[in-house]
Amino acid sequence: MLLAVENLHVSYGGIRALKGISFEVEEGKIVALIGANGAGKSTTLRTICGLVRAQSGRIEYKGTVVNKVPPYKIVGMGISMVPEGRRVFTRLTVLENLEMGAYSRGSSQEAKESLANVFKRFPRLQERKSQLAGTLSGGEQQMLAMGRALMSRPQLLLMDEPSMGLAPMLVEEIFSIIREINNSGTTILLVEQNAHMALSVAGSAYVLETGEIALSGPAAEMADNPEVRKCYLGE
Amino acid sequence: MFFQQLVNGVTLGATYALIALGYTMVYGIIQLINFAHGEVYMIGAFVGLIMVAVYKVNFFIALLAAMAVCIPLAVLIERVAYRPLRNSTRLAPLISALGVSIFLQTLVTLIKGDPNPLGFPHVIQDTVYALGPVKFSLIQVVILIVASLLMVFLEITVKYTKIGKAMRATSEDYETANLMGINVNHVVSFTFAAGAALAAAGGVLVGMYFNSINPFMGVTVGLKSFCAAVVGGIGSIPGAMLGGLLLGIAEVFGVAAGFDTYKEAISFGLLIIILLFRPTGLLGHPIQRKV
Repeated sequence: MLLAVENLHVSYGGIRALKGISFEVEEGKIVALIGANGAGKSTTLRTICGLVRAQSGRIEYKGTVVNKVPPYKIVGMGISMVPEGRRVFTRLTVLENLEMGAYSRGSSQEAKESLANVFKRFPRLQERKSQLAGTLSGGEQQMLAMGRALMSRPQLLLMDEPSMGLAPMLVEEIFSIIREINNSGTTILLVEQNAHMALSVAGSAYVLETGEIALSGPAAEMADNPEVRKCYLGE
Repeated sequence: MFFQQLVNGVTLGATYALIALGYTMVYGIIQLINFAHGEVYMIGAFVGLIMVAVYKVNFFIALLAAMAVCIPLAVLIERVAYRPLRNSTRLAPLISALGVSIFLQTLVTLIKGDPNPLGFPHVIQDTVYALGPVKFSLIQVVILIVASLLMVFLEITVKYTKIGKAMRATSEDYETANLMGINVNHVVSFTFAAGAALAAAGGVLVGMYFNSINPFMGVTVGLKSFCAAVVGGIGSIPGAMLGGLLLGIAEVFGVAAGFDTYKEAISFGLLIIILLFRPTGLLGHPIQRKV
């Protein structure tokens, strides 16, 4: 198992955001975490990458417990995050944003190779590399956030709501890129409100409801589950 | 006359700019108004004085020594007085900064034995150069050259080096910078160090220029430089440079117009007017509220 989360409890300021969730991410797969607003999806990702401290429970990555590892060290271990709302550095150029993504990579040779790969995957970023990231469109910013996360060559990519605020056509494009990234060997843990798209790319899925796992199983089965169809696929 | 005052104003403003940069950089990264920054400048002046008066070194060695003392001092202040409060309310580190400021003023007074001003030996000759009707003293030339070099050096560091880019990223989005693998604590320490180096240089330069230093010199100058940073747009590096220059020029012209006693009123009045029209400062970024 690449990532194993066991009985994870997280609270902020008296609110219990996660009430003992457990799930696993198998190497090479796309795992989707779906659920309504406030279910604890983002909290889960933020806890894995160290921005939020777990109250109890364990997060095991490649057999090592990473609960107490500070966020800036998590990247070096091979976990990279595409944060919710993209969070590109708007006052830095596209190229500088990508350089920040490779910050944990010591050698500039590796960073150069990563950059070439990212530009191959996102040619639009290469065209705009000297532009300030704040001048990019929403879709381009999402690509930049993804490219930036790939610069550290993660084994596990955490993606928080990559489709948020994007036009349907762009959502399709983003999800086909997610599939490509996974095909080239990166494991993905995907958090989405767009359950339909998430289930269409994922191998397995977990449904979070108010801080607890309500349902889990192979994505295809979940997509057929009447309860999921009713609550998350709008039927 | 006009050009002469302009030269004097720019010289004074350059020293404000050096100090204002420390306020603006620290604010940009951790949103803290570092009230102890003026004291770092004061200690820089004292170290410079000790070096030239006791050790008889030349001006440049004194400048470097002041930086060498102030850099670790500022890094230590951040570690001891601000970092433990990073996740508390915003008021707590502010109070802590005021405490550090008073502590350092008192400490220097105690070591010195009294709060009276000390003169600065004439390490730079009183040569005066004339360019038409405008006169430059050698010390003014030195201030302008040293301040410009330091600011150019800072600009290059922030723009092109890895740590400089990390500073800009951290100042825009602390949390995401962390996710990139940037150890933001290193960035914060570096920011304090850079600000302290500039303030230390400012202290030595001002000490020589006005030929007088005292343990409380950091209070007014610190306040003025902080205002310069706000007028330029707090968090903006070119803003601090511009704000410092404007403040220096306003002050010198106020004095030249015969309002010596009101010089502070004139410069601060100008600041209020600028802020009324541009609340985020001349070069500040519009305030974005994160949802």
